[in-house]
Amino acid sequence: MVTNIENQNSAGVHPLKFALWLIIISILMMFGAFTSAYIVRREEGNWLEFDLPQMFIINTAVIILSSITMQWAYFAAKKNNLSMVKIMLVLTMVLGIVFLYGQLSAWGDLVQNNVYFGGVDSNPAGSFLYVLTGVHGFHLITGLIFLAILLIASFKYKVHSKKMVRIQLCTTYWHFLGGLWLYLYFFLLVNH
Amino acid sequence: MSSTDIAINQTDMHHGHEEHDHHHDLNFFEKYIFSLDHKVIAKQYLFMGIIWAFIGGFLSVLFRLQLGWPEATFTFLEPILGGWVQNGKIDPEFYLAMVTMHGTIMVFFVLTAGLSGTFSNFLIPLQIGARDMASGFMNMLSFWIFFLASIIMFTSLFIETGPAGGGWTIYPPLSALPQAIQGSGTGMTLWLISMALFIISQLLGGVNYITTVINLRTKGMSMTKLPLTIWAFTLTAILGLLSFPVLLSAALLLIFDRSFGTSFFLSDIYIAGQALSNTGGSPILFQHLFWFLGHPEVYIVILPTFGIVSEVIATNSRKPIFGYRAMIGSMLGIAVLSFVVWAHHMFVTGMNPFLGSVFMFLTLIIAVPSAVKVFNWLATLWRGNIRFTSAMMFAIGFVSLFISGGLTGIILGNSALDIQLHDTYFVVAHFHLVMGAAAFFGMFCGIYHWFPKMFGRMMDEKLGFVHFWLTFIAVYLVFMPMHYVGIAGFPRRYYNWTGFETFNMFTDLNTFISISAIIGFTAQFIFLFNFIYSMFKGRRATLNPWHSNTLEWTTPVNPGHGNWPGEIPAVYRWPYDYSKPGAAEDFIPQNVPFSETQSSNLPQERVLE
Ligand code: HEM
Ligand SMILES: [Cu+2]
Repeated sequence: MVTNIENQNSAGVHPLKFALWLIIISILMMFGAFTSAYIVRREEGNWLEFDLPQMFIINTAVIILSSITMQWAYFAAKKNNLSMVKIMLVLTMVLGIVFLYGQLSAWGDLVQNNVYFGGVDSNPAGSFLYVLTGVHGFHLITGLIFLAILLIASFKYKVHSKKMVRIQLCTTYWHFLGGLWLYLYFFLLVNH
Repeated sequence: MSSTDIAINQTDMHHGHEEHDHHHDLNFFEKYIFSLDHKVIAKQYLFMGIIWAFIGGFLSVLFRLQLGWPEATFTFLEPILGGWVQNGKIDPEFYLAMVTMHGTIMVFFVLTAGLSGTFSNFLIPLQIGARDMASGFMNMLSFWIFFLASIIMFTSLFIETGPAGGGWTIYPPLSALPQAIQGSGTGMTLWLISMALFIISQLLGGVNYITTVINLRTKGMSMTKLPLTIWAFTLTAILGLLSFPVLLSAALLLIFDRSFGTSFFLSDIYIAGQALSNTGGSPILFQHLFWFLGHPEVYIVILPTFGIVSEVIATNSRKPIFGYRAMIGSMLGIAVLSFVVWAHHMFVTGMNPFLGSVFMFLTLIIAVPSAVKVFNWLATLWRGNIRFTSAMMFAIGFVSLFISGGLTGIILGNSALDIQLHDTYFVVAHFHLVMGAAAFFGMFCGIYHWFPKMFGRMMDEKLGFVHFWLTFIAVYLVFMPMHYVGIAGFPRRYYNWTGFETFNMFTDLNTFISISAIIGFTAQFIFLFNFIYSMFKGRRATLNPWHSNTLEWTTPVNPGHGNWPGEIPAVYRWPYDYSKPGAAEDFIPQNVPFSETQSSNLPQERVLE
């Protein structure tokens, strides 16, 4: 394929990094829509009040931890410490999966508390919670796929100080997913 | 989704750079089907757009038959429509489905994907001096996801319960309850799936357009030397990037309401005497989410044509565009304002009148940048050395339609007037002139103008003229009378109005509109013939047939993969040096340095020599 490396510098950013930021903006718009819909709907009353699952606190810790390991992998790649890259990537993936599992069990807690997604006994308050966590979880899965691709590449010695673009992209995306969760969590704490 | 394709792409980027002149033989599939070349992808979008436009147009002829001759029996339609015509009467629910599909197809599949997809893809790399899009793979993915969305939408036309029937704005609760009408059943499910894919495809495309414009401009191509087309396409993509995700959110919530028993948009509904269990939802919430996309969407449709028309008018008036910076400024203004006016579609939802006034105020401000644009086009035409090419005719027609339709926008923007006019044919007339017809004219304008670059041949100018005049006259004959019946209260989306004594006096007018619509639709076959014929048999194009300044005309007649066989030209000047006093010719392309044009340089340009 023909590319434009010869004049890619008109903005001084790597085009793919720029593209990733645009994708992040569009994902933010999606959550912006959900959370503003949430607020508007909440103002109208008939809103079920319930406690957020305890799991969320643990999950928040897990996802912050995974951001740290991700960053660690990035630094290791910069220093060409390839075995550390692999360890940290694996750790990040494991933490990501733990987070997802934690979210699932949080859903379980919600159901135990009679907070349902749909059906006769559901209230938009609960449904919104499922949608926010679910759509975030979906994006986290795409992040995990990206991580898996990166991990495979790292086993093929394709991630090192001279080939940083991919791990940079992945790091940015992963931090974004963590940040997004923090935003959602604090949003829910304030507005539930 | 997005993360993976970037990763895949990155490998492409890496062995990309050593090979820009190297052509390994592409097989048929790589060359024409799963092509990564922006020019091929642009043509794929164009062909899809044309096919969709004819389907959408055909549907409108069908429902105009019903509106124009409400008492007639259409037995001759039975072979095409099958069960949808009973004893020569079109099924009322199918009528609604046709209106819905007409709107969806035209707004999204033709004037969003077909228009932006064609011209952004084709012109961005060629006019900014890039070898291709930032990510050819993402670009190809964008087209094929659009194709998949198209297939799904097309299939929904043929299922037993018919396609979606709740209007292109799919307001719940109607669209959320399959038991309400047939069109809210499987057809609506397919609509939602198709539109979700469509949105993803547009986002992939948009990310690519913006990245390419920001990152891949050739040497010297600063933002203020960009042709207005590129400004327009970029702003369109930004609007899409910010508004389509919101529609995706709304569609997702609607899907949950339809299939998972949630109550985001549903509350206290009785249907066929039975109470539904849904409580606590708000249908107005959907309207807010929808129109937060919906209003920017109308500018996503019209902005690319602003760019195309500016370019064509300057080129064919042989004059610099009047107020280049004002053109950019007004587009920026329109783009920003388009996000804060959505509730003018909702004046009658019982919103707080004070809030209504705020939205009315913001809405009416849009008239200012719109008027700036119109003024600049007229000023560019003023005393120009005008060449009436087909493209130019359509550009001028565009300005005319944009004025006529824009004026009624100002009327509708006043909430007090809109409460009377909402959901009447007045609104239909407004948006068909300002958006439907104007955007189609802009698209035709672009096709006639860049056909030589796309296919290396010229379209026939005489047929272009006939096509223009028939279309132009038909458009006005169709939509002008609609204002009149609209003011009288004639409602939109009614299958049959003969039951209302007051509206019976408009029977002749309705017949007249329908006849005009049929003539207008028929005229498009002249275009279709011209398009296909010229592709194979048209006069061969020269390098720069319109004596234009922009970079795409510095490529070979049939540019290959990579666009320029040698180095990419550098840019020294803005794209509108037409009829510059003292210059040898009446145009100076962007890649001509000032040192070669000493006789025409302005005092401040001398330092650049
Ligand atoms: C001066 C600028 C404009 C103003 C003040 C304006 C105002 C309005 C208002 C108030 C409505 C709502 C009417 C109703 O439903 O009762 C409306 C409808 C509409 N306008 Fe405009 N408009 C303007 C320009 C445009 C442009 C440039 C486009 C497209 C390119 C456009 C496309 C539409 C569409 C598609 C609808 C109808 C949507 C529907 O209900 O199906 N308008 N306009
Ligand atoms: Cu609007």
